Amino acid sequence: MTEAIRTEGLVKTFGPTLALDGLDLSVRTGEVHGFLGPNGAGKTTTLRVLLGLLRADAGRAELLGGDPWKEAVALHRRLAYVPGDVTLWPNLSGGEVIDLLGRLRGGLSKQRRDALLERFDLDPRKKARSYSKGNRQKVALVAALASDVELLLLDEPTSGLDPLMEAAFRDWIDQEERARGRTVLLSSHILAEVEALCERVSIIRAGRIVESGSLVELRHLTRTFIRAELAAPPTGLAALAGVHNLQLQDSRVRFDVDADALDAALRQLWAAGVRSLVCQPPTLEELFLRHYRTDQPADAAPGGNRAAGSR
Amino acid sequence: MSTMTGTGQLVRLILRRDRYLLALWILPLCLIPISYVPPFADLYPTAAARLQYADNAGFTVLYGRLSGTSLGEFITWRLGFVPVMVGLISLLTVIRHTRVEEETGRRELLGATMVGRHAGLAAALAATFGANLALAALLALGMPSQGLPPTGSLALGLQFAAAGWMFAAVGAVAAQLTGSAGSAREIAASVLGVAWLLRAAGDTSGQAGGGLARLSWMSPIGWVQRIRPYGDERWWLLAVAAGLTAVLAAAAVALSARRDLGAGLLAARPGPAAAASPLRSPLALAWRLHWALAAGWTAGFAVVGVVLGGVAASVGDIVQGNQDLEELFARLGGRSGLVDAYLASIMGMLGLIAAAYAIQATLRLRSEESGGRAEPVLATAVGRLRWAASHLVMAVLGPAAALLAAGLTCGLAYGLDTGDVGHQLPRVLAGAIVQLPPVWVLAAVAVALFGLRPRLAPAAWGALAVCLLLGLVGAAIRLDQWLLDLSPFTHVPKSPGGAVAAAPLVVLATVAVVLTIAGLVGLRRRDLPATP
Repeated sequence: MTEAIRTEGLVKTFGPTLALDGLDLSVRTGEVHGFLGPNGAGKTTTLRVLLGLLRADAGRAELLGGDPWKEAVALHRRLAYVPGDVTLWPNLSGGEVIDLLGRLRGGLSKQRRDALLERFDLDPRKKARSYSKGNRQKVALVAALASDVELLLLDEPTSGLDPLMEAAFRDWIDQEERARGRTVLLSSHILAEVEALCERVSIIRAGRIVESGSLVELRHLTRTFIRAELAAPPTGLAALAGVHNLQLQDSRVRFDVDADALDAALRQLWAAGVRSLVCQPPTLEELFLRHYRTDQPADAAPGGNRAAGSR
Repeated sequence: MSTMTGTGQLVRLILRRDRYLLALWILPLCLIPISYVPPFADLYPTAAARLQYADNAGFTVLYGRLSGTSLGEFITWRLGFVPVMVGLISLLTVIRHTRVEEETGRRELLGATMVGRHAGLAAALAATFGANLALAALLALGMPSQGLPPTGSLALGLQFAAAGWMFAAVGAVAAQLTGSAGSAREIAASVLGVAWLLRAAGDTSGQAGGGLARLSWMSPIGWVQRIRPYGDERWWLLAVAAGLTAVLAAAAVALSARRDLGAGLLAARPGPAAAASPLRSPLALAWRLHWALAAGWTAGFAVVGVVLGGVAASVGDIVQGNQDLEELFARLGGRSGLVDAYLASIMGMLGLIAAAYAIQATLRLRSEESGGRAEPVLATAVGRLRWAASHLVMAVLGPAAALLAAGLTCGLAYGLDTGDVGHQLPRVLAGAIVQLPPVWVLAAVAVALFGLRPRLAPAAWGALAVCLLLGLVGAAIRLDQWLLDLSPFTHVPKSPGGAVAAAPLVVLATVAVVLTIAGLVGLRRRDLPATP
């Protein structure tokens, strides 16, 4: 298994602000990797370091086997980037920008360009001046997705798209890119998008990766919500480590349970006799919120600050 | 809710956003005239000395004609370029607070609040008018401190303000015409350029007793100069200026009412659906981004060349009939020496203006960076140096094309006038070409700042302002030579007429190369976009 992107202990400061605080990121070749974090967590800074636009103050970064700062031009031939905030030259038409960026990267598939224009319902004859934010983003997306490259770096690519176009984007990534086996690093704060598209996810908080791993692994870190109606009140549930927010009302019970206590908790329910059972699987959102809801350090939460991928 | 609701709030917003900027232009434009008084009173104490100093065709082009020999009139004449500067600042200010606001989408944010349809335009005009009045008030209070009559001082202040008002209104109209702030600036600045050119041509012709003197009366700049502060103040001209301002402002409001937010009256045409095959390199992109600017400057310079070359021959007539002056100029090289001095001073002035273009084109690098348009290009297989070079090619060749055009048309016009194209054209052209090295030095200052201290890149304009001040004021108030030497333009040989020494030009070109390399090295090492 090879890695398309690997960073170790990346540090980047902007004056007094610490933007990246020892960032370890690993993206495997051929996977769609979700890069999850709220605004200001350091997603764009990370991408810019990976593009050799910003110089890291400390740490190491490797991109497609090369040094992103020293070998920027050669590496850029093999990747395409969609900035989070797309601005274009007002007097160029959308079609011109798409072709220009494709040619500067070293190649663009005419077929895919046309297919993408149709999927995204984009008029390439309009001058960039008259495009809305969403349409500017589509221009950059078409230019990137139609390029003949091995790696796509997408910085919140759907933040300006309407739900219809967001779906078109998801479909394209899910069908076309997965089939082509291109590596995609998808930065986003939209959890549903990441859950739908990505095999593996890294969650960034305040310039550090706080969770990283496959969706299955990450789900394992979160709690399952359980609501049950029992034949008799359960006995040992309260004493069980890993059971949280327990609410008992006669024989009705609701609680959250850590993944490793799930088995023990279910045994308790079973022992009391189950009449009805609702079991909500953990969502990425819950995991995400747990890292961000409070100002407490991330490792206060169980399983926090543990890189699941490296276990 | 009236269409003006919220104007007061918006004026306060503009004043808050521009508080430093306003001080930065109002104070110098007030202090410079005040500081002129003692040295000019000292150096040119008599009417004869003042007449003699003003008897220079280059000065007539720049400042207009001396209307009387009193100290106040002499100083007002010497400040003849200030109304153009005030006009330029005013039109830029209005466009910045109208079209730029729309282009960036901030206008939309405000438009959705309790703000009337015309409030944005009204606030931009009101704030600019107010700033001009503040300048006038400061001058009316300040100039008497140097012993000049208060009435004339008020007229001087109002002369500047009137120019500012009229061109603020020109800016307001231009901002309605096109969808982009850049085009609006070009339109408004062209109007100012034509106004200045009409006045320069009319005054030069008028001084020589030519028939084109009435051209000056077609120019708003000509009007304000004919207010004649400290002479027989013609207050009625202020009413004319106010009238034109009102008409233009009303036109801007009417135009604004007829268009949509963000749109211009000149409709945007659709572009091609695919890029033509030459559009495949950073240089091709730079050409697309720069050519309109280059064409505009080159055409403008060509026109200026024709006009100023066309009146050059008549410069020699000015001294005819004046025994003393004829003797004086005979010692300077006679009639042809006089014309040469005029041509050389014109070329020097064009060099300074071309430097403004060179800085503007160079700083495009910075605006591409801060506007987020550099990032998509640099994320492709285009290195930083190649990207920077693509823009610098345009910044180096654009001013060269403009100066060459001015040299060609000026030499042709003068040569055809005197029936001696073969002799005059190369001389005048050489006079234009020697201006290039200092122009490049200023562009290189901008490159160095962009590479090493990107956030200070606009300070390149400050460098140009220093050169402008040293060039226009330095020799007149007899500054020390080392101060004058700071400006690269000081080192340009006087041409045509003087001996062209290669050494200073080579030194200047070397300085330009060194500064450029320093800037590019800095660019390779720094973060991009630069750390906020």
